Amino acid sequence: MSRIWTTIVLAGVGTFAMRASFLAAAHRLAAVPPWVQRLLRQIPPAALAAIVLPALLRPEGAVDPLHPRFAAGVLAGLVAWRTRNTALTLVVGMTTLVLLEAL
Amino acid sequence: MRVSSELRAGVAAVAPMIVGVVPFGLVAGAQPTTEGLGGVAAVGLSTVVFAGASQLAAADVLADGGSAVVATLAALTINLRMLLYSASLAPFLAHLSFGRRMGAAYLMTDQAYAVSITRWTSGADQEERRLTYYLGAGVSLWLVWQLSTIAGVLLGGVVPESLPLGFAVPLVFLVLLVPAITSRSAAVAAAVGGAAAVAAAALDAGPLSVIVGALSGIVAGAAAEALDDRLGMHQGT
Repeated sequence: MSRIWTTIVLAGVGTFAMRASFLAAAHRLAAVPPWVQRLLRQIPPAALAAIVLPALLRPEGAVDPLHPRFAAGVLAGLVAWRTRNTALTLVVGMTTLVLLEAL
Repeated sequence: MRVSSELRAGVAAVAPMIVGVVPFGLVAGAQPTTEGLGGVAAVGLSTVVFAGASQLAAADVLADGGSAVVATLAALTINLRMLLYSASLAPFLAHLSFGRRMGAAYLMTDQAYAVSITRWTSGADQEERRLTYYLGAGVSLWLVWQLSTIAGVLLGGVVPESLPLGFAVPLVFLVLLVPAITSRSAAVAAAVGGAAAVAAAALDAGPLSVIVGALSGIVAGAAAEALDDRLGMHQGT
């Protein structure tokens, strides 16, 4: 098998194994202890913030509050917070970024 | 009828995210093709691996002449967060058969995870309708990903560099992050998770910075919640 297809199969199997991990055992996790539930509750805010913040704060690989993405991200964050509207947040964020970069 | 309305709700939740997914999928199709790995490899990555950032990382390693093992490790490092999503979804999908849970696992993406966990923890939730909503979101994202990958293979580098479409991806997660902050401890989890990810990236943790940030945020949020509970008990509330 070629190097490319070996990678595709290995990465595919490995990624599926991570996706399936806890779901595969879910029926045996029926009684999740409270302290585990407490940890699980933190996953959405912690994981989403860990994806979002570096993308907004380090667009070129370094923290730069003067980068247009930073300002556009802050404005989009306000729109997301007030409206929770994905389309509106995208429009405001992208338009702000395009305008700031054109300046 | 209730089932189909839940399906439609899942589709509607991810519909605005297409703006971010399509250009990303075009790149996932175009990058392996233009770097000499071939269009079939691009489609193979999108169908078998089905996780955007990790596909680009693996293709990058291969195009630079790296081994299959290094390319696989690059992809799996980026996808470590799927372990967290799996743990987070498991209690909500425990009632399903093994086969259905494995189907849900294959369709797991950041977006499908985030819209589903938001809906299921917001109160508007009934156990028997969960899978329908998840499929509405997950299958839509899968179809868009495959079609835009194929379009990327056929069209090559058509996405103009000047359009900041890559910015759409963090913006989508920003909208998902807001409803996830439901309490003081959730705010602590988000603040510490985000700050730790930024710090880890600054220390050259690269693709590991997301999982480092997420784990830090989880521990901090759980500690904050435990502290809140204890203080609440002492005050007799």
